[in-house]
Amino acid sequence: MASFASLLCAALTQAETLFDYQLQPVQVAEGTWVVPGVPEDFSRSNGGNIVNIGFIETSAGVVLIDTGPSLRYAQQLEAAVARVTSQPIVAAIITHHHPDHWFGNQHFKTLPIYALPETLGAMVNEGDNFADNLYRMSGDWMRSTEPTPANTALADNTLSIGDHTFQLIKLKGHTVADLAVLDTNTGVLFAGDLAFDQRAPTTPHADIDTWLASLDSLGDIDYRLLVPGHGQPAPDDRAIQFTRHYLLWLQNLLRQSAQVGDVPTDVINKPIPAAFQEASLVREELSRSVIHLYPGLEANTLSTHKQGGYN
Amino acid sequence: MTRHVATALIRLLGLVVLLGGSALARSGLERNGADPLDSPMWENMHERFLAGEDYVFDAAIEVIAPSYAEDSLNVPVAFSVSGIENIQQIAVFADLNPLPMVLRLRPVTVAPAMAFRFKLQQSSPVRVAALTDDGLWHVGSAWIDAAGGGCTAPSVGMASGNWTETFGTVNAGFFPRESGNRLKLQIMHPMDTGLAEGIPRFHIEQLQLRNLDDDSLMAELELYEPISENPLLSFDIGAVSGVALEGYDNNANTFTADLVNP
Repeated sequence: MASFASLLCAALTQAETLFDYQLQPVQVAEGTWVVPGVPEDFSRSNGGNIVNIGFIETSAGVVLIDTGPSLRYAQQLEAAVARVTSQPIVAAIITHHHPDHWFGNQHFKTLPIYALPETLGAMVNEGDNFADNLYRMSGDWMRSTEPTPANTALADNTLSIGDHTFQLIKLKGHTVADLAVLDTNTGVLFAGDLAFDQRAPTTPHADIDTWLASLDSLGDIDYRLLVPGHGQPAPDDRAIQFTRHYLLWLQNLLRQSAQVGDVPTDVINKPIPAAFQEASLVREELSRSVIHLYPGLEANTLSTHKQGGYN
Repeated sequence: MTRHVATALIRLLGLVVLLGGSALARSGLERNGADPLDSPMWENMHERFLAGEDYVFDAAIEVIAPSYAEDSLNVPVAFSVSGIENIQQIAVFADLNPLPMVLRLRPVTVAPAMAFRFKLQQSSPVRVAALTDDGLWHVGSAWIDAAGGGCTAPSVGMASGNWTETFGTVNAGFFPRESGNRLKLQIMHPMDTGLAEGIPRFHIEQLQLRNLDDDSLMAELELYEPISENPLLSFDIGAVSGVALEGYDNNANTFTADLVNP
């Protein structure tokens, strides 16, 4: 047992040294694969491989759903794609502007990389800040990665590539613009980060009410398999339910805490309900969400006792 | 030689006071011991902000902060003190901040506890040091990891130019808690550090809280540059239900408001 543990340890150390993400595409439908990430935050051991990237083989070539967290990831993604299909990568569709989903764009910049217009704007505005953070958290895995925003704005409700037609469902709430992509050929729904499963949803750009409404919209879609941005693909709505359940808990917790006068650090340390104790990163994401969402709620509980103004 | 004898006597007296009081259970605390966070700046902090006086690292001072500063401009911190009486003042500082001093509180009738947000330039310990009337500082610590940039950015209000519209507005709320009333008060103010290019230091320096019923002093507070823009400060004020706020900033703007629990 000890020798197995030390072997595993040695293997992991070697992976870090070589900056090998060890990407393993998992086929989830005909001509459709998901490259699963680990249920962790960015770190120097995972190099940012925390996200589900999808790819679809069409008659015109392979379409990527998101491009991953770094240049190295994108290079290794291309190699992983080549292991399961002889088709070249011809396009990428980006679900939203969080960096784990598009920092691989640089490697595919000669191809059309599609995103919603608001997502394009957010990539331009926030890319450098994201890069600062990712270099700090993931270290040398990020080497030579430069934020490269998508190059083609999506305006229509569908996109046809080869023999596949993708339905583009424009939603928001996790960020300013969240694109869900339904492959009408296979019924696979790539939900982006509107849906998480067994991993706490992140809220740095979230509007929870809008997000909840978007989850209702996702639930109305006729799909055969739902691929969440983080968590296991599944043929049912478990990721939608998990995300809705979590967001409702978070929203109620923050509101009730503000009402009774809790300070932010009180809220960060609130108990985690049993329903989420098996899920990843709940305490960490609660702590982050308090920073994102609590100041506004806390300010709303105060009333103006003296009107100011500067002359 | 005489000085050493005197120091030894004072320490002995201090020990007697400690042993004679409620501190008996905590007599295992090491005087002027090593910093549990091993900060390279601790000795410097000790000289600058605690006047080189005796200290103990003491778990009775609870410092609650997130382990990671998700927003370097607004890092929430709360502190409280349990089981220590006769606190003269409380100093809060962050060793590795370019402007380490955050605030000083003299809790007269308010609990020796507060919550606030501050700007953090890089990963650092945050310290809360409570001075008791025997001349000993009781120090609590927490480590906060930060991506950085909190102190050298201009305030949002100054950068957008709209700070004048709300400047000096005082918002407040009273919340009944198990231990009495909690007062949250917010004064709209840019709180610029002077470290952002072309924007001078501009911050609230002094605040006083008085009981509206009898004008008695509840607390005095010194605020420094790292306190976040539009400071939101929380105090546990016991049974008091009306507070007169008075204060001024480093440009001699004054802030007064009567805060009444409706």
